[in-house]
Amino acid sequence: MAVLTGVLARGRTSGSGRGPGHGLPVTPWLFLIVPLGLLVLFTYVPVANMVWYGFTSWDGLDPVKEPVGLDNYVRIFTDPQMFEVFFVSLYYLAGAAVQLVLALYFATVLSFDTRFRNFFKGVLFFPYLINGVAIGLVFLFLLRPGGTLDATLALVGVSEPPQWLGDPSLVNVSLAATSVWRYLGLNFVLFLGAIQSIPGELYEAADLDGATSWQKFRYIIAPAIRPIIGLTTILAISGSLSVFEIPWIMTGGANGSTTFVIQTVQQAFQFNKFGLASAMAVVLLLIVLLVTWIQRRLFPDERVDLT
Amino acid sequence: MTDHTTIGLPRPPARPPARPAARPDLARHRLARGWRALSPLTTPLGITVKYTSLLIAVACALIPLITVFMAAFKTREEFATSDPLAPPGDWFNLENFVVAFTRGGMLQGFLNTTIILAVSLVGTILIGTMTAYAVDRFDFRGRRLVMGAFLLATLVPAVTTQVATFQVVNGLGLFNTRWAAIVLFMGTDIVSIYIFLQFMRSIPRSLDEAAMLDGAGRLTIYARIIFPLLRPAIATVVIIKGIAIYNEYYIPFLYMPSRDLGVVSTSLFRFMGPFGAQWEIISAGAVLVIIPTLIAFLLLQRQIYSGLTSGATK
Repeated sequence: MAVLTGVLARGRTSGSGRGPGHGLPVTPWLFLIVPLGLLVLFTYVPVANMVWYGFTSWDGLDPVKEPVGLDNYVRIFTDPQMFEVFFVSLYYLAGAAVQLVLALYFATVLSFDTRFRNFFKGVLFFPYLINGVAIGLVFLFLLRPGGTLDATLALVGVSEPPQWLGDPSLVNVSLAATSVWRYLGLNFVLFLGAIQSIPGELYEAADLDGATSWQKFRYIIAPAIRPIIGLTTILAISGSLSVFEIPWIMTGGANGSTTFVIQTVQQAFQFNKFGLASAMAVVLLLIVLLVTWIQRRLFPDERVDLT
Repeated sequence: MTDHTTIGLPRPPARPPARPAARPDLARHRLARGWRALSPLTTPLGITVKYTSLLIAVACALIPLITVFMAAFKTREEFATSDPLAPPGDWFNLENFVVAFTRGGMLQGFLNTTIILAVSLVGTILIGTMTAYAVDRFDFRGRRLVMGAFLLATLVPAVTTQVATFQVVNGLGLFNTRWAAIVLFMGTDIVSIYIFLQFMRSIPRSLDEAAMLDGAGRLTIYARIIFPLLRPAIATVVIIKGIAIYNEYYIPFLYMPSRDLGVVSTSLFRFMGPFGAQWEIISAGAVLVIIPTLIAFLLLQRQIYSGLTSGATK
């Protein structure tokens, strides 16, 4: 308590001075010790260890971690079995593109006067809040042979529907579509929030100038929500590389639906290849950092001021 | 990383904490006036296209959920013979729910989730508010470094470090205990720290100074003044963090494989084994897990929307 009152006594009127003799600097650390401890223990130590494990052939148990240089990295980029998971990501990336376009469309439409606006908004958003395992089960039920989708298609005359999850050429499309269903709501709400913060006067001014609605979208809405589009784009790219739950729950990675993270988990926890799995995690982390860096370069401004 | 620099600069004039609630109405009013602008959407054809697309979207969003909901009320024979799109004969057949709840381990799942949720939320709030208080209200050597360390951590997606984090958790002897999930939820949640920091800056410093003149210590100021004023931000964090923890699958799956420690997600996942092709019971399990989310959503819609927006974009 003496420390606390000591710091208290120094007062704080200018707010700018930060020179010496400013009281005992211990108090802030008392508040920070637990948060910083957790931060270091569960973020920085793992990152550092991961980089180190990535250069070893460690099996997760052996007290000796044998350094193997770049072997793990060479394997990731040359072994076709290791590499094919990147092609699976392309399905999810395509799904993410569809998702962004749909979210943008619905956000634009629902920003303006529409009957039952809140109902539409809620229905489009709610799937995002549902438990991932429950979504997996719901879509297994939907896509199974003779399931809801097949029954719906039968109504319009499709009598021999494909095996949505059993056919290796279709399985990733089905799973990516499930991901679109799950995450559309989040993008939609982010876009909606951004569009609603645009001042209405801008549309009125555009009206006076005789702008078409495409021009209004192009010159008012699009620039205003540029930072959000940039953000959702990074989330989409890093998200398509780190897909795990939906394919793991629905197919367990069978039929060529194994994703990068499923493979990492399998290498580490089923085959005890912690070294290789760590190298894969480093690759994923580097890609995410690279994408984030590019996004910062392309969309440097945090906020766009239109007024 | 513009955020880095803004934190060190002189703060902008304090905004009243009530700002987030007041704004959407104003924006909507302005948009209503700007509505004439998107004229093609007001032509009959435009209106038809608009509502048709919305109705298709609603169908796509609801049909998967509704059919599972209906299946949960069907008896075994009824499920085998009826069309997935047909409603159940008896809407009061709750037998599947009873089986799912008692024999499917869902009771245990809800119990474990509740414990983990409560402890992690309390921890996240204490850690987040203390960090925000220390970083925003003190000038000390290493402050920028601390800020930078928290900001840099936002760039590391948790999913990439799990293999190495696993060793840390294992080394601490927390593997296969509820504490594994709890410390991970508390320790890796940089987003709530960020939300608290943002909000903290809107609380005028003059309040701290007035309290200091009255002889309050730093701890008293944190506990009696700052913490209560952060209440709206705490509500936001409780909601978005609560939903995230309730839905989390990856962490319990990796760190708590024991059957007794199943949370809602992992219990539901295990369900698929013993009940294999018994879709009516699996459906009941899925519905049981979705219902609390639905109730929370209907009660807290506004807060969830605004919380996600501030959590994701800042």
